[in-house]
Amino acid sequence: MTVYERPGSSGSKIKVEEKYGHFIGGEFVAPKKGQYFENFAPQTGEVFTQVGRGTEEDIEAALDAAHNAADSWGRTSTTERANILVQIAQRIEDNLEDLAVLESWENGKAVRETLAADLPLAVDHFRYFAGALRAQEGSISEIDENTIAYHFHEPLGVVGQIIPWNFPILMATWKLAPALAAGNAVVLKPAEQTPWSILKVVELIGDLLPPGVLNIVNGFGAEAGKPLASNKRVAKVAFTGETTTGRLIMQYASQNLIPVTLELGGKSPNVFFDDVASERDAFYDKALEGFTMFALNQGEVCTCPSRALVQSSIYSEFMKDAVARVEKIKLGNPLDTETTMGAQASNDQLEKIKSYLDIGKQEGAKVLTGGEQAKLDGDLAGGYYVQPTVFEGDNSMRVFQEEIFGPVVSVTQFDDEADALKTANDTLYGLGAGVWSRDAGRAYRMGRGIKAGRVWTNNYHAYPAHAAFGGYKQSGIGRENHRMMLDHYQQTKNLLVSYSPDALGFF
Amino acid sequence: MTTSTPTRVELTDEAADLLRRLVGTHGPVMFHQSGGCCDGSSPMCFADGDFITGDADIHLQDLLVEGVEKPIPFWMSVSQYAYWKHTHLTVDVVPGRGSGFSLEAPEGVRFLIRSRLMTEPELKAYDLI
Repeated sequence: MTVYERPGSSGSKIKVEEKYGHFIGGEFVAPKKGQYFENFAPQTGEVFTQVGRGTEEDIEAALDAAHNAADSWGRTSTTERANILVQIAQRIEDNLEDLAVLESWENGKAVRETLAADLPLAVDHFRYFAGALRAQEGSISEIDENTIAYHFHEPLGVVGQIIPWNFPILMATWKLAPALAAGNAVVLKPAEQTPWSILKVVELIGDLLPPGVLNIVNGFGAEAGKPLASNKRVAKVAFTGETTTGRLIMQYASQNLIPVTLELGGKSPNVFFDDVASERDAFYDKALEGFTMFALNQGEVCTCPSRALVQSSIYSEFMKDAVARVEKIKLGNPLDTETTMGAQASNDQLEKIKSYLDIGKQEGAKVLTGGEQAKLDGDLAGGYYVQPTVFEGDNSMRVFQEEIFGPVVSVTQFDDEADALKTANDTLYGLGAGVWSRDAGRAYRMGRGIKAGRVWTNNYHAYPAHAAFGGYKQSGIGRENHRMMLDHYQQTKNLLVSYSPDALGFF
Repeated sequence: MTTSTPTRVELTDEAADLLRRLVGTHGPVMFHQSGGCCDGSSPMCFADGDFITGDADIHLQDLLVEGVEKPIPFWMSVSQYAYWKHTHLTVDVVPGRGSGFSLEAPEGVRFLIRSRLMTEPELKAYDLI
């Protein structure tokens, strides 16, 4: 067991400056208007640093730097770019423990998770796209004996990326690794809830990239996000967030006729068939953990398995065991490695979750455990904590239909496979799903039937590089985590070449 | 704030105060209720017309704010409304870090939806029973 010291405190080797500027053209620069905003530690609710409040002027400066760098970066060999990505991965890995601690401090999540998931996945992701780039090939189509179509991958140029606050470093990595691998220069805007940890990453890795290839401008959506997303000088926008902003970004993109990739969340069903409970063995234990996965990252995951569908024949017994498992969650100091669930990322997130606990109860959902804000002691009393909550109810209730983005699961029963599929698909979203069964045929049929981009089968919440991740329905456009994301950051150049000396004979 | 005729959406006094300030700074504004990830399930406030609504949206209410000339339209996507229609919404404001492109975020506050089940007269008024 380890309890890490808070970054910036006398016992911690992680330095926290009084304030941070933007990272533009390879160096940290003050915001043009000289304004900063407060950054809160969700664990205590206290302000721990100030971060640049970017505006259109800063976005334009970042785009200038990116455009200056884009052409030469796009012409570097794939070997050179891949080697830089590998070096980035190595620097992160060499500093993994510190980055995991500061990510916990930034976001509120348990350091146990950042040590085991967020940071190792980020390291692997950079390495994966280094490999994917090296292995990528163009193609040749032989049209006829003397006519050949060559297909080359070319970078888009300068791209804009807007990152969410739930996994600040990992979500930035999901977007940066393929964009940089493909040869693009990037202007990235982190979420205003979590503007700091990505700057700490850049302190470490910034020198590895040519100046201007990676630029980071912090600030509010209305002041910095909009001028980036609507800018005529970006060739593509990538966004992770919610549906209204997703539509707004598509709307701006339509005016500039550029592509977008969007990841917009979900209301993922986690389906437990009766055969799960046919033995009390390791698999049954794994399934109970799978149920409890709604509390991973305090439920602040787009794919949170926030609807559990349990077959009626095992419902009572399974739910008794599942609730017992949920009640073992240890909510507490996120910097303690024994803590299994930390703080919500912000006060407004806490308030939103409370508003859903309220409407869930009003609609008649039964609270099987939790159901309230959690009050911790000492200086954690000001932090944003929620009890892991299990609601029992009906799929038509709002707590079954809306992404609460908190440690809240809504449970209902089903009778048979058809019933399960109907309920699983009765949602606006289609990002993730889970299916648990010892019957491979049944699990396969359900997996193919559920309208979602990722169906975890007998596991949940794994995010390995090389497995495509993205949404059906209102959950977005594009597939991350896979080499197909390279395509989303590349143009296809076709050279159509005639090797024939003969005229066609038209004129 | 209460009105004699049924409504689908209302404002708290705090939300009305904030809207007065925002309109003072940005001119007329509008709401579109978001769904989905991260900052989803929150009402997003934009300069009026900045978010293009269409057949995929339903206009739930024009919100009246004393001292603000133009009523503030509140929109939601039709598909989301299908799951929300039995609830009455109140736009409130809490301290926090907004996100998306909603206008109030730099003020250190966030609009938030509070919901209650509609009463029988309200459900009747909107042909929901």
